[in-house]
Parts: sequence; structure tokens; C-alpha cells
Amino acid sequence: MEKTWNNKAWFLVLPVLLLVAFSAVIPLMTVVNYSVQDTFGNNQFFWAGTDWFVEILTSPRFWDALWRNLIFSAVILAIEVPLGILIALNMPKHGLGVPVCLVLMALPLLIPWNVVGTIWQVFGRVDIGLLGYFLNSLGISYNYTQNPTHAWATVIVMDVWHWTSLVVLLCYAGLVSIPDAYYQAARIDGASRWSVFRYIQLPKMKRVLLIAVLLRFMDSFMIYTEPFVVTGGGPGNSTTFLSIDLVKMAIGQFDLGPAAAMSIIYFLIILLLSWVFYTVMTQSDAEQK
Amino acid sequence: MARITLEHIRHAYSEKAKAAGDYALKEVHHEWEDGGAYALLGPSGCGKTTLLNIISGLLTPSDGRILFDGKDVTQLSTEERNIAQVFQFPVVYDTMTVFDNLAFPLRNRKVPEAEVEKRVNEILEMTDLAGMAKRRAQRLTADQKQKISLGRGLVRANVNAILFDEPLTVIDPHMKWVLRSQLKRLHRQSRFTMVYVTHDQTEALTFADKVVVMHDGQIVQIGTPAELFERPSHTFVGYFIGSPGMNIMPAAIDGATARVGDQSIVLSVAPALKGQGRIELGIRPEFIKLGREGMPVTINKVEDIGRQKIVRASFCGQPISIVLSEDDEIPADPKVAFEKQAIGIFADSWRVKNETAGREA
Repeated sequence: MEKTWNNKAWFLVLPVLLLVAFSAVIPLMTVVNYSVQDTFGNNQFFWAGTDWFVEILTSPRFWDALWRNLIFSAVILAIEVPLGILIALNMPKHGLGVPVCLVLMALPLLIPWNVVGTIWQVFGRVDIGLLGYFLNSLGISYNYTQNPTHAWATVIVMDVWHWTSLVVLLCYAGLVSIPDAYYQAARIDGASRWSVFRYIQLPKMKRVLLIAVLLRFMDSFMIYTEPFVVTGGGPGNSTTFLSIDLVKMAIGQFDLGPAAAMSIIYFLIILLLSWVFYTVMTQSDAEQK
Repeated sequence: MARITLEHIRHAYSEKAKAAGDYALKEVHHEWEDGGAYALLGPSGCGKTTLLNIISGLLTPSDGRILFDGKDVTQLSTEERNIAQVFQFPVVYDTMTVFDNLAFPLRNRKVPEAEVEKRVNEILEMTDLAGMAKRRAQRLTADQKQKISLGRGLVRANVNAILFDEPLTVIDPHMKWVLRSQLKRLHRQSRFTMVYVTHDQTEALTFADKVVVMHDGQIVQIGTPAELFERPSHTFVGYFIGSPGMNIMPAAIDGATARVGDQSIVLSVAPALKGQGRIELGIRPEFIKLGREGMPVTINKVEDIGRQKIVRASFCGQPISIVLSEDDEIPADPKVAFEKQAIGIFADSWRVKNETAGREA
């Protein structure tokens, strides 16, 4: 086919270009700008080169937050993905139960994030919270504001409560797209429950699972609002994840240069890990062909 | 391999079915021989898939019993009935190789691996899939996938029956012929009882020894392809089987004479009519002679389909079809004559059964 050159077509992509420029490219460039300079206000900037990057990459504070965040993501993925699959497998496929379950599942996703944090913050309080009071009256001295383990447990349970639904809904969508004939054929072939899962359901869920894992990884790696509302990053620094640390640095301490450098490192880490996830999961698919 | 007995089977999909119209499957009471090849033929929604699922155990009938070799299996599950079923759309286990797909039903039943290998290799030969045994099933074409589905049905050594639910729907026309003749050959080799559901008369007539024609939830006729063609027991069978279908026209009977419009047609025997009903005369297009003698017709259209010509005409105001061979000429002043032996008389859609062989007056 012959190509037609018509420069008027640029006007058609212009609105989107402008939108992306203002929402992503320009802010990102501003961050790059901050990351290589030092400022004391008054719009005075001094060239700092790679100093801020070196400072961040050599600071134990950054590495601690990074490890905390990686462990947090690993734990919630390890819980939410199997749990989500399990719930999706057991959800009804016909009848009145379907809308009921779907609405129940969608509810946590519809609640604003800071409200989720507030709910759990109150829920877990020792004096007035149902959970905190209940645990303490059972003799467990639960207190998420003082005990790091309890703080971690609270944040993880909250995230599981908040986000497992997403995995469930995605898996459920994959499951209902399997024609009945597959299950009937499996019954006739004498397949066990495990075989049905392993050879029919899991392969059909693979694509949506990839999306679920990616979304959950990225979101959990960027988690901010809920732990900020519940624990504020404490006790001590025990639940200070990367984004909480970043905000402390940028807004709390007004260290714009190091904060900008950290943002870029943070961004690159997420980009890299997401790419790794994606490649590993699509690769394993391609290899078997 | 089993004889299948259907005892007064009825099925309704709603719990509280009362009237006959509520039943997707009206009463079916038949016995199917061991090792036979049966085709369930009928238009969509006639209850043929319902009947098939009742035989396979995916559905439990509302009423009646089903027996394999005299043993009641009505309440048994699909696995316990030991049958195989092939579905309309190919079902393959995507992540497995072709070999593993075929071995799956055997491995699930703990068949020794040496035996699995032997059986699967036989099936691979039979279905011409030997070259791709190690390939993943996901990337295959629709007809290769459907062959795997067929193969999974055939691989088990002692199934009671193999059921096919419109298995060739998604297959390319030229592959349909190939697969159908393979299936026929497999049946001859294995002597499994096979039940084949289809709405395609060619498929049914070429595959089956006995064709079961279904209409509106009931079986209207069971017969060999020749019987269905020559002696349809219901007007539905008349026009559903054959291409074009039987010409059916309202008629009045007076002794051994049928009157259609202002024409009188002499019958070979006087039909024994019981009471009054809607009387129709049926004749297949192949048994109408178009020539210069007989009753006048008006020709509307001639369709040339290669070896044959189909003439669409009006006879006493009724549209009729006539099949001519390609060399037959159509006269300027066309007349038709019906072959006496081929005329059927139908009362309220059912054939009037009194024309026993040799009773030609």
C-alpha cells in the first residue's frame, strides 16, 4: 500500500500529546531537573550532578525502606493471589448468588483509600476499635501503634481485605469464559478436581492472572495512603515504605533534590521489576509452545 | 459396548412441567442395539441434544429409566456409565501435548503406562495425528483439535458407547467428508455403539445404520436411510430428509383415488383412513415424471445444480419441486405424472400405514 503523507494528521494526536505532556512528561522532567540540582528556595538552583543519587543509593534509610517494601509486596502477593483464585473458584456461576457475590467483592474496591485506612485505624484501636478491643479481651496484647509486628500484620490484613477482590474479579472473569463443554469433557475423561484446575482452569486464567499479579505488585510497591493513615509509617520506621519515606523527605524535610533523585530510582525499580514479571510470565507461556 | 434401552424417558428443564408442551423431550421409548451406529437428526431445538445428554448422564431425565445392557444407569454419573462424548466445539487441554491429551482419560483411570502408550499410538495412527504427537495442542487447527476430541473418546478400550454432539460443526466442508469417513471406518473397526447428533441430513445418512429423526421433542421415525427416503412416516421426515424435500399437498381421498385440486390421482391401494383428519398427499421430487402426458403444471423456475435440474413448478396452485437428470428436456406444454408406488398418504401428518408390500391392486 502506498503511504500518504499528510501532516494535518498531527493535529489529531495533538490533544493526547498535550494531555500526556502536562500529566506525565513535564512533571517527570521537573523531577529530573530537581534531582540534579540543589535549591534553598527563592528559585535559586545550584548544579549538583549525581550527588543526590549517590547519597540516596548509599543511605541505609533508602535500602531499609526498599527491603520493607519488597517484603511487603512479596507477602501480599503470596496471600492475595492464591486466596483470590480460591475464592473465584468457589463463587457461584449461575443464579442469584452471582450478583450478590460480585457486589460483595466489589465493595472494598469502591471505598476511597484513605477511608480504608481510617476504617482499619479505628477498627484496630485498643480503646474503641472492635478488633483491638476483642483481641485484647482474648488476652492478646495487640497494639499496632507500639508493636512493629502488630503494625505489619494490620497493614497486611488491611491490604488483603482491600485488594483480594481485584484478584477474585479478574480470575472470575477468566473462569466464566470457560465453556461448559470443557467441564463436561473433563468429567467424561475422569479428571480429578485437581486436574480440572491444573489443565483447564489455570491455563484459562493465566492471562488475567498476569494482569492481576502486575497490578497488585505495582500498587503494593507504591502503597502510601492506607499505611500512612493507619500507622504513619511507625512505630519507629517499621512500616515506612518507599513512598512514605519519599513524602517525608520531600514535604516533611523539604529535601527536594534527594527526594527527586529517589523518585527517579523508585520509578526505575518499578519499571524494571514490572518488566521482569511480564517477561517471565509471558516467556513461560511461549516456551511451552 | 452396550445395548441402550430408553424406557419412557421424558425431560423438562423447568421443575413444574405439566402440559406436554412443557417437555423439551416428550416420551421416548426405544431400544438401541449394541454396536449400532445411530444418528439423531432434527432441527435445532428438537430435543436431540437433550436426549444425548440424558444418555451420557450429564442430565437426569424428569421421568423414565435408561438401561445399559439391561442394567439401570439412570442415577449413575457420567464416569460410572463409562461412556465417551465428543462435543460440538473441540475440547483440548491447551497446555498438554497431543499425546498427553489422548493419554489423559487413560491416565486418569490408572491404566499402566505401557498400555497407555500402545492405545494412544493406535489412535494417533487412526486419526492421522501421528506426526504431531509431541506438539502442544494449543496451536492446532480446529479440525486437528476436533480429531483429538474424537481420539480421547476412542482411546478407552471398553466404553459402553461413544456420543457425538454435532462434532463436525466447526470443521471445513472438505475436512467434514474426510473425518466422517474416518469415523465410519473407526466404527467398523471398533464396533462401539455410537450415537451421533446432527442437523445435517447428509451427515446423518452417511454415518448411521439407523437414523432417528426427531421433531418437536419426540422421535418421529427410526429407520435406515432408505426407509426414511422411501417411506417417511411423518410429513416432517418427508420434507426434512431429501433435497429438495418431499412435496406435500392437501388432498381428499375417495376410495383408491386422491383428489388434489381438480385433479384425480389413482393410488395403488385404497388408504385405510380412520375418521376424518387433515389429509395430505406426499411425493418425492425424484418420483415425479415431467413429460407430455399427465396433469398440467406451470413451471416457475429451473435450477441447474450440475448433474441434476430442480424444477420449481405450480401444480393445482401448490408449489412442487421436480428433480430431473441433466439431460432431460422440459417440454413446452409440461405435464406431470406421479409414480404410484412412491405416493404416500398422510393423515394429520402421520403416514397412513396400510400399504404392505405386494398388495398392489
